[in-house]
Amino acid sequence: MIKQEYTISLFTEDHIGILSRITLILTRRQINIESITASESAVSGIQMLTMVVRTTPEMVNKVARQIEKLVDVIKVFVHTSTEIISQEIALYKVSTKGLMSGSMIDNLVRKYHARILEVTPEYIVVEKSGSKNEITDLLAFLEPCGVLQFTRSGRIAVTRQVKELNAYLKEMDEIGRPSHEPSEIYN
Amino acid sequence: MTVKEKNMNGTDTRVSGADALLRCLIEEGVDTIFGYPGGTIMPVYDKLLDYSQSLRHILTRHEQGAAHAAQAYAMVTGKPGVCFATSGPGATNLVTGIANAFLDSVPVVFITAQVVSGLIGTDAFQETDILGISMPVTKWNAQVKKAEDIPSAIARAFYIARSGRPGPVLVDIAKDAQVEKLSYSYSKCTYIRSYNPVIPLHMRDVESAAVMINHAEKPLILAGHGVTISGATEELKALAVKGGIPVAVTLLGLPAFPQGHRLYAGLLGMHGNYAPNMLTNSADLIIAVGMRFDDRVTGNIKKYAPDARIIHIEIDKAEINKNVQVDLEINNDAREVLTALLPLVREKSRENWIREFRILDRIEYEKVIRPETEPEEGDIRMGEVVSLVSELTGGNAVVVTDVGQHQMAVARYYRFNEKSTLVTSGGMGTMGFGLPACLGAACGNPGKPVVSFIGDGGFQMTLQELGTLMQYRIPVKILILNNGFLGMVRQWQEMFFNRRYASTEMVNPDFVAIAGAYGIAAQRVSRREELRDAVKKMLEAEGPYILETAISREANILPMVEPGASVSEVTLTY
Repeated sequence: MIKQEYTISLFTEDHIGILSRITLILTRRQINIESITASESAVSGIQMLTMVVRTTPEMVNKVARQIEKLVDVIKVFVHTSTEIISQEIALYKVSTKGLMSGSMIDNLVRKYHARILEVTPEYIVVEKSGSKNEITDLLAFLEPCGVLQFTRSGRIAVTRQVKELNAYLKEMDEIGRPSHEPSEIYN
Repeated sequence: MTVKEKNMNGTDTRVSGADALLRCLIEEGVDTIFGYPGGTIMPVYDKLLDYSQSLRHILTRHEQGAAHAAQAYAMVTGKPGVCFATSGPGATNLVTGIANAFLDSVPVVFITAQVVSGLIGTDAFQETDILGISMPVTKWNAQVKKAEDIPSAIARAFYIARSGRPGPVLVDIAKDAQVEKLSYSYSKCTYIRSYNPVIPLHMRDVESAAVMINHAEKPLILAGHGVTISGATEELKALAVKGGIPVAVTLLGLPAFPQGHRLYAGLLGMHGNYAPNMLTNSADLIIAVGMRFDDRVTGNIKKYAPDARIIHIEIDKAEINKNVQVDLEINNDAREVLTALLPLVREKSRENWIREFRILDRIEYEKVIRPETEPEEGDIRMGEVVSLVSELTGGNAVVVTDVGQHQMAVARYYRFNEKSTLVTSGGMGTMGFGLPACLGAACGNPGKPVVSFIGDGGFQMTLQELGTLMQYRIPVKILILNNGFLGMVRQWQEMFFNRRYASTEMVNPDFVAIAGAYGIAAQRVSRREELRDAVKKMLEAEGPYILETAISREANILPMVEPGASVSEVTLTY
């Protein structure tokens, strides 16, 4: 079966060690994490992790279920690239002398929609957010000026689906907590 | 200290972390702990003396033994087992036992001690990262560095261990947290937001399952450990009887269905029975209940059940579509699903389908079972010993095994029924499990004899636990089936490695003399005529008893689904 890129977004309790447990599952299946971003989610106390992996559709579902089984994991979503809106951010530290030549600066802002964060006589720091390809394109563009440092973030993503994490949390709370309400609404 | 923490007389009502831990265990209904002391866990052991009325501690001779014993205790009592070990080597010695409980879904709460919190991470004496080490083999684990966190950690541990698909958990408690004082109060955990073991039942799926069952001509139920864990044996039987559906079982599912029953199809898998393996590939519907399609059950997965649609009833969602792609998944508790399913299933007899099993059973009986269980000459066979013990106990026993040929002989020839309990190492296949497991099982006061079958190889992996048997006079009956070989490995060498017996022959000690040194009654039998009386004598003995039986040295366990073969390509003779 053909491997493709998947974005696994998952929500976890903010507990120590949970990242280890998640990566253990991927390691066992020899799945490399191409990028990973961890941050607090919109709901306080809940962490969000976004990972990009390349694997088969069959395997991504297996590992997603294994990850969701972990006690501290609340919910796992698997998306192909078309199902999400995603961005990465990159910082480029370029030599001032190189960048000042020609119309480089103009192009930077107009063509690449990059921002300039800091200017010193030695170097200029440029920021760019966009897709992986856009970030790579800008790197190629800047390369002739002499790129002193380059760093890019992992992917962050939001889904195109409507149901939000809060809805899942509420649903899980209602299933789990002892209640006298009729439970038909979940069927 | 606040006013709240003082009682009327103004004295301190706070307790130490160690004290709190033991109180928590009592609250959770614990009466027996298996363990081994050491430096960092000393505050807990010291406090144990004050609770000796309600908490019995069994000192094993190795932490691995404590882990296996705690697992076996859980398997016979249905309550989580509890196991203590100290930091460092104490904790790492548990790992095999933790992994074993993990693969067989047995609830065990492991409590390890850790070096004082200030030293964690500094490679202090007897410090090891047991949290990291045990991560892949525990359902959950946590470290406690403050006494006040002990009650909530223990409450979570028990809740997680026993709910959903059960499994081992580990709580690592720093030494200073054991000594520090806290205001003790305990409430059981009943809910964790990120963990929902109670799954709402989707009736639509159950209805679909009923339609599939009612339309099937050759349905086959595969019953696993999940059936006994969820207490669904009666429901399973009712469903099988109503639908006229034969029931095949996995190794850990053996006690899920009585062997004398006309719908019992036999043991599945590599050394399982002929009929269920052959007919898996003729079935048009497989109803898998509480099992996980282990490779030892399915054989070559590409040629597995090609004509069957598959319904998978399983509480662990991650097991569904893991090994076998199924047609209908019902992710829920076995008992709940079977109860809902029963009224929807039509009464059928399916006599022709059941007859197919009986025809193949006959072939297996003639070619394998009779020569194995009723040999008239030659050396003693494992099958005849197991068969004899089965007859003399009437199935009313806790049957414990180690791992290897004798384990397969027990699985094949012990006639399990409603009265039987099986304690064996399934998923891990841990040699050395048998001896500590049987003592743990007996500590659970099962109200029936505990009989353990162990090979000469496995027995020597954990034989130090004879000391534990001696110290506590634990009345287990141990049969050492001695063929002087690591029999299963030797069988594979014979079949797949040109009979090159690399490091499988064993020069063994005098087991009767060893038993004698531990003050345990023992006998050795090598002739068929003596066997029956010797087994009777063993079963009637009061305390622990060891019966060593000399077994045919190079016998093979058959039938066999060879590695890479399909279940329908099972080998009957070799």
